[in-house]
Amino acid sequence: MCIKEKIELNKQDKAPIYEALKEFKTKRIVPFDVPGHKRGKGNKDLTEFLGEKCLEVDVNSMKPLDNLCHPVSVIKEAEELAAEAFGAAHVFFMVNGTTSAVQAMILSVLKKGDKIILPRNVHRSVINALILCGAIPVYINPQVNERLGISLGMSVNDVVRAVTQNPDAKAILVNNPTYYGICSNIKEIVRIAHEKNMLVLADEAHGTHFYFGENLPASAMAAGADMSSFSMHKSGGSLTQSSFLLCGENVNANYVRQVINLTQTTSGSYLLLSSLDISRRNLAQNGKEIFNRVIELSEYAREEINQIGDYYAYSKELINGDSVFDFDITKLSVNTLDLGLAGIEIYDILRDEYDIQIEFGDIGNILAYVSVGDKNYKNIERLIGALTEIKRLYKKDKSGMLRHEYINPTVELSPQEAFYANKKSVLLEQSNGEICTEFVMLYPPGIPILAPGERITKEIIDYIFYAKEKGCVLTGLEDMEIKRINVLKGEC
Amino acid sequence: MEFWFSEKHTENVKLSIKVDKQLYSEKSKYQRIDVFESYEFGKFLTLDGFMMLTEKDEFIYHEMITHVPMAVHPSAKKVLVIGAGDGGAIRELTRYKDIEQIDLVEIDEKVVEVCKEFLPKTACKFDDDRVNIYYQDGLKFVRKYENEYDIIIIDSTDPFGPGEGLFTKEFYGNCFKALKEDGIMVNQHESPFYDNDATAMKRAHKRIVESFPISRVYQAHIPTYPSGHWLFGFASKKYHPIRDLNSSKWNELEIKTKYYNTNLHKGAFYLPNYVEEMLEEHE
Repeated sequence: MCIKEKIELNKQDKAPIYEALKEFKTKRIVPFDVPGHKRGKGNKDLTEFLGEKCLEVDVNSMKPLDNLCHPVSVIKEAEELAAEAFGAAHVFFMVNGTTSAVQAMILSVLKKGDKIILPRNVHRSVINALILCGAIPVYINPQVNERLGISLGMSVNDVVRAVTQNPDAKAILVNNPTYYGICSNIKEIVRIAHEKNMLVLADEAHGTHFYFGENLPASAMAAGADMSSFSMHKSGGSLTQSSFLLCGENVNANYVRQVINLTQTTSGSYLLLSSLDISRRNLAQNGKEIFNRVIELSEYAREEINQIGDYYAYSKELINGDSVFDFDITKLSVNTLDLGLAGIEIYDILRDEYDIQIEFGDIGNILAYVSVGDKNYKNIERLIGALTEIKRLYKKDKSGMLRHEYINPTVELSPQEAFYANKKSVLLEQSNGEICTEFVMLYPPGIPILAPGERITKEIIDYIFYAKEKGCVLTGLEDMEIKRINVLKGEC
Repeated sequence: MEFWFSEKHTENVKLSIKVDKQLYSEKSKYQRIDVFESYEFGKFLTLDGFMMLTEKDEFIYHEMITHVPMAVHPSAKKVLVIGAGDGGAIRELTRYKDIEQIDLVEIDEKVVEVCKEFLPKTACKFDDDRVNIYYQDGLKFVRKYENEYDIIIIDSTDPFGPGEGLFTKEFYGNCFKALKEDGIMVNQHESPFYDNDATAMKRAHKRIVESFPISRVYQAHIPTYPSGHWLFGFASKKYHPIRDLNSSKWNELEIKTKYYNTNLHKGAFYLPNYVEEMLEEHE
């Protein structure tokens, strides 16, 4: 290792927010500021539950601790260290989830009427952001793997076609990776976009580890993307709701900060901020080793699960050079259709009967999240053991199981126009041909079947009933019983 | 100078044994292993500070976890023992001439090594020709088999630490699959007395009941375990622990035991009311 690398590594040993909080604790400052619990003294039960150590640092911004809305000292330093660790020009600490990071990306790049090219299997936070800013989505049909019933990445040809047909589009959004671990050819997409002066925004909610591990797909920043949102709290180990927003060289970070401050709290939680700071340090120091272990555990589990039979834990063999350009091998995604069971059924059995909570189950797949917190094989063996048992005890005839998941949307109005338009409520089964003004989400994994402004078809209605029957949770509708849907008034 | 080993049985209760000297202490990949020499109980082994066995009372545990299923099964040839790195259960099983194969699965090789060195009274039959040792996770081992064993004995530590996986529904289910159609599973079943032990006991019972058509519980008195009142689980696909007990056949074997006999076998299944009530909650 050369001397320069050594110095850089030592720099990453610092965690400025964490260190400032520790220093702050020793000073025994008398609190006549918020929060009103005053280091936990005003809320005994909460302090007992969460611990004194936690409540002591649940404090408000103040001179020695900097201010998230306008960082000049320790938060600024922590952002700079994070930028260095992720290879970004600038990093923002986000305290309202990756959803807020995604919103900030969209709102700082697009204005009303602007177009954005994006795959349909985006997270709902992306379309929500479009409602806020009035931009128009140009959807790319992510290819579908029929056997697995999952949507894949964007084919480069489809991106080229969309770019050619919409030369006025401002940006392209890329999932890196999808929930299932599928990556598009992000480097090539960046090249195509930049050639046409479009920006590339990456949703890396599930890709934190790409910045640290070995033998993993390219991270958005390494691929030259302009912005990326990612959930440090998912594979990276920080507290729920804490995320990073990364910016590349071509982005005006000061403007992005203004956009973030439109909706961000002015009382950013120091629990969340310090968890980001400490997790960044941990990954910078130990990331390689940590994710090598995660890969080892996932690879082992995949091999064992495939030996059980009827389960298909897929991996790099899906790579086809285009819509599956790369696969994230830390993702333990398992197809369950040969078992005659929907993924959601196995998801429920695992929790209800075996006390194992996995990340999600959809119609044909389950995903078990293996992460920085998995230290050994003990729990992996439990998962494999339980799947073995589920096969023995619950296996069914698989006829009629497989159903296509992707339905091509017809966008008639911008999400914003439809969301705010005059609407009426109709029964779901009578909504064929109407224009939808709300979301229909299948949860998990939170991918829209319908978004505001889209035409409802018979195929979509059938699919909604099918998913409901299979036990998937449908959300997004105003009607909590999921019987009625809001549509545009005056349309038929 | 006085040297005492203490183990907390609850937050407010502890058992202390006066120790002459500590013979061994090391942290293996899985747990901390200690061996002590005591005045009252002879040598004893602890894992992560929890009593596993003493030379003075180990016979109770090892006889009860082996002879009960052996006296019920009419022709056990192939036995799987999970845990039991101390060798006590193996020692008892090797006394049956008709057993052809004893597979031992222990996750921690170090435990076997240490017991061979310091506890030869239990770790004395590892080199019997019929014994095969596999250093592996029990859950992983057992899920690979189907219709293979006559008897499975689960000689586990408590349901936290490395033994956790051996108290799960998936494990019991995989044992069911690995047993032949008339197979029997016997397990260390915790104690009904102190709350935390009782919770573990009830959970284990619930999971076994869900996996096996016949599931009964029996008891023994083990002075160095919390409360001294200990339970074992008897789960089976076919045989009832009392109705299918063949006393005369077992007695003809003339196996000399210190605790077990065929009358006690029957008596051990008659449980105190409060224990019956706990079990019924989950049946």
